[in-house]
Amino acid sequence: MDTLIPYLLLSAGLFCVGLTGVMLRRNAILILAGVELMLNAANINFVAFWRFHPGADDMSGLVMVLFTIAIAAAEAAVGLALVISIFRHYRSTDPEILEDLKG
Amino acid sequence: MNDLISYIWLIPGLPILAALALTFWPVAKRKGAAWLAISAMALSFVISLFAFGAVPRSAEEGVVTRLIHNFTWFDVGTSSMRIGWILDPLNVVMLVMVTFVSLLVFIYSMGYMEKDPRFVRFYAFLSLFAGAMLGLLIANHLLVLFMCWEVVGLASYLLIGFWFQKPSAAAACKKAFITTRIGDLGLFIGMVWLYGEAGTLLFYDAGQGCLESSSLRLIASLPGMAGMTAAATIGCLLFFGAMGKSGQFPLHVWLPDAMEGPTPVSALIHAATMVAAGVFLMARVHPLLTYPDAGTQALSFITWVGAITALIGALAACAQTDLKRILAFSTISQLGYMMLGLGTGGVAVAMFHLITHAFFKALLFLGAGSVIHGCHDEQDIRYMGGLRKIMPVTFATYGVGMLALAGFPLVTSGFWSKDEILHAAAHWHGHPAPFIMALVGAFLTAFYMTRQMCHVFFGKNRLQERENASEEHPVVPHESPASMLMPLRILAGLAIVAGFMGTPLFPWFQSFLEGGTLEWHGTALFHGSTLGLLIGSSALVLGGLIVGWWFYSSLVFDPLRDKDPLDEKLPAGWFATLRAKFYLDEFYESTVLEGARLLAMGAAWLERHVMIPMMPLFAFGTRIMSWITRFWDEWVINASFDRSCKGIQNQSERVSTAHTGNIQFYLQIVALGFVLLAIIWIWGGGQ
Amino acid sequence: MNLVFAIIALITLASAIAAMCLRNLVHCVLCLTVTFTGIAMTYLQLSAQFVGFSQIMVYVGAVSVLVIFALLMTRGGNELNLRDWNPRHWLIGLGTGLLTFGVMATGIFKSSLTRSAAPDSKTESVKTIGESLLNEYVLPLEALALLLTVALIGAALLAMPERKTASSPHSDRPQTKGDPTN
Repeated sequence: MDTLIPYLLLSAGLFCVGLTGVMLRRNAILILAGVELMLNAANINFVAFWRFHPGADDMSGLVMVLFTIAIAAAEAAVGLALVISIFRHYRSTDPEILEDLKG
Repeated sequence: MNDLISYIWLIPGLPILAALALTFWPVAKRKGAAWLAISAMALSFVISLFAFGAVPRSAEEGVVTRLIHNFTWFDVGTSSMRIGWILDPLNVVMLVMVTFVSLLVFIYSMGYMEKDPRFVRFYAFLSLFAGAMLGLLIANHLLVLFMCWEVVGLASYLLIGFWFQKPSAAAACKKAFITTRIGDLGLFIGMVWLYGEAGTLLFYDAGQGCLESSSLRLIASLPGMAGMTAAATIGCLLFFGAMGKSGQFPLHVWLPDAMEGPTPVSALIHAATMVAAGVFLMARVHPLLTYPDAGTQALSFITWVGAITALIGALAACAQTDLKRILAFSTISQLGYMMLGLGTGGVAVAMFHLITHAFFKALLFLGAGSVIHGCHDEQDIRYMGGLRKIMPVTFATYGVGMLALAGFPLVTSGFWSKDEILHAAAHWHGHPAPFIMALVGAFLTAFYMTRQMCHVFFGKNRLQERENASEEHPVVPHESPASMLMPLRILAGLAIVAGFMGTPLFPWFQSFLEGGTLEWHGTALFHGSTLGLLIGSSALVLGGLIVGWWFYSSLVFDPLRDKDPLDEKLPAGWFATLRAKFYLDEFYESTVLEGARLLAMGAAWLERHVMIPMMPLFAFGTRIMSWITRFWDEWVINASFDRSCKGIQNQSERVSTAHTGNIQFYLQIVALGFVLLAIIWIWGGGQ
Repeated sequence: MNLVFAIIALITLASAIAAMCLRNLVHCVLCLTVTFTGIAMTYLQLSAQFVGFSQIMVYVGAVSVLVIFALLMTRGGNELNLRDWNPRHWLIGLGTGLLTFGVMATGIFKSSLTRSAAPDSKTESVKTIGESLLNEYVLPLEALALLLTVALIGAALLAMPERKTASSPHSDRPQTKGDPTN
């Protein structure tokens, strides 16, 4: 590719899809999936910019991506554990049931 | 003895302290009370003698030197109230006279008031009076003088009404106080005006005083009322106060009624001292009246009033039948003479007559008290008579007093002092009428005093013919005890001797008061008008004595059965008019008092028929007000408050609907907000 | 634009949208997996081989499985989600998403950075990655290790069955001691 633009557009699109999913899905697990999607979109951004950055031995972009992947995975694990814990309590994964803060 | 002046306050202070002590004195210890008062008075007398010695004599004619002691009484912010004492020839002679006469009256009262249950209270009042009178004399500040003036009036009220159980006494003391109060109003206005113009009420204050030339120049140049200068108007206003206190016409009506008080009171207050306070006041402010550019209207006013008073007093005295009332009218008449002398001749003339009058009038009153005491409290002269043999000492001393009052030529003090006044009146550059009135008055004085003497001391004793006398309880007159006779003897001596200090041959009194060298004017007697006046007035006096004897000698008529010879000689109704004091009391009764009564009745009517029915109205109004207030509070304030609270609650409810509790909703809003911020940031200029 | 990349990008986006739209939750997760794969392809196309394979290993291999496990444990697959979309606020959500995309696109197109020149060939080797990890980024590396440990323990703790005690549900709140610095 000649320019960054396609990759960045892809990244932006994925991010927005993920955001919309987070905002609109009625299942807590799929909200977490949307979060994962957003993180991945950001990763694409990182890699694209790494690719187009001069400097042959500069690996900082990739390092960042590696870290992000690792952290995202850990966070997904913890988040899902939380969802399961909530499910045990409320018997549902609908985020609308968590309305103790209403009012 | 220049620091005597700073201790001069002891002269009034000691009697005041005695009065204070006597207020709390046990009623049983009468002798102690009397001696306390007497010793306080005696001490004051001794200090007065020292003061007399300490007053500087000035050698220059017309210039008087004075001892002044001014001090600050209290401070108000940055300004201070300064008052002071003064000691000059004018007041030192009065100090000596007042303390001496008071001392004699105190001693006399020991015997006279012996049987009275309120003996101690009497002495308390007497001491209060004496202290206030002396304070009046030494005051260098017009306000201090006025305060003492008022206390003197109060003491007079208390003493006139001493036997307040008698309705006539209670009425008399009220009348005295109110009448003098009317005069005091003028005095107060004059005082305030003087303060406003002069800025100070200190008489002499190292050139700044209100009677010193800088203030007088200012006051004399300002306009007053009715075309007079301010100085003359103030003088007239101050004279109103003197009119009330000194019983000038038309405010003299209280003096005859004041005889309801005990005789020592009459002697001290209404003969010698208090009534002289008015004359003293005018003498004190004399520089104000005689300032060259001030105009002579004030002096003319004083002269006319004095002359009229002298004549009216003498006329009314001719027809009275109460022993003390004759003397009261005589006092009024003599006070008129003093004012006449003040207006025409100046301070020395008036003060000379004041001093001599004090002695012989006190003598006459104390003698009258002796007579009354001896006649078992009889005061009507028609029931007396023949006391010449029964009460010889009283008769002798009373005779001396009577001759002094009448002005018997050459040997009595009254002759010399009255002659000075006649001399001044004759040489007055105003109207000759005051002089004529004075001459007529002199004649009448001799006449009515002879009348009185004949009724009381000559002829047959008529005491038995009193209503409450009977064959079983004979009412026999007797001579008075020694404590009463001693003062009489002393005063009789003074009545003769005191005159010699002011004769034209050797005018010690005049030079003492007015300054100037003292020398023996050997030929003064023989200057033209002086001699003529001496002979003329002597003739008048002797003529009055003879006519009186002719009318009233016991050989001729019987007072109880015949009509008074004067009544027969005068046109019909004149004697009754004189007897009724020219119907002045009735006139006041029908006009002033009636007016006051109408006002009071009107106020009572207003109260009963207008105010009281309006009470329920006010109550109703108050209830309406309270209802309105409650309504306002409950339905307007509370309700609006409640409504606003509810409004806030509603709004907060509406706002709280944003808290759905839905996480995703929150997230949506946050994301939206963030995006909008990003848009604003990007397009707002950021990059 | 490279054709290969265009296809990959299309697949990725389509499966992402599908993942967010489908009703059947298992189908969603499967599309999500496809998306992850597509992203890995993108990495490979950008000559980041190590990262690409890591992506496959971690996401496709582990995370997707994790999500499916969680889904199955919460009975998500059997249920029929009647109201899948949030009927009340779906407009805001959609609008926000579109708006975000618009803003970012505008930013992308306006920026000069994105028009930079074609890249020279960049090769990445595991060796260099390892070197930078252990030389420059050793601290984040260690922190990451710690994080993973904590996440492991935490997830296990959270997912454990609740202890059956007689206390009320609210006693599960952690007892916090008073912090002396507050």
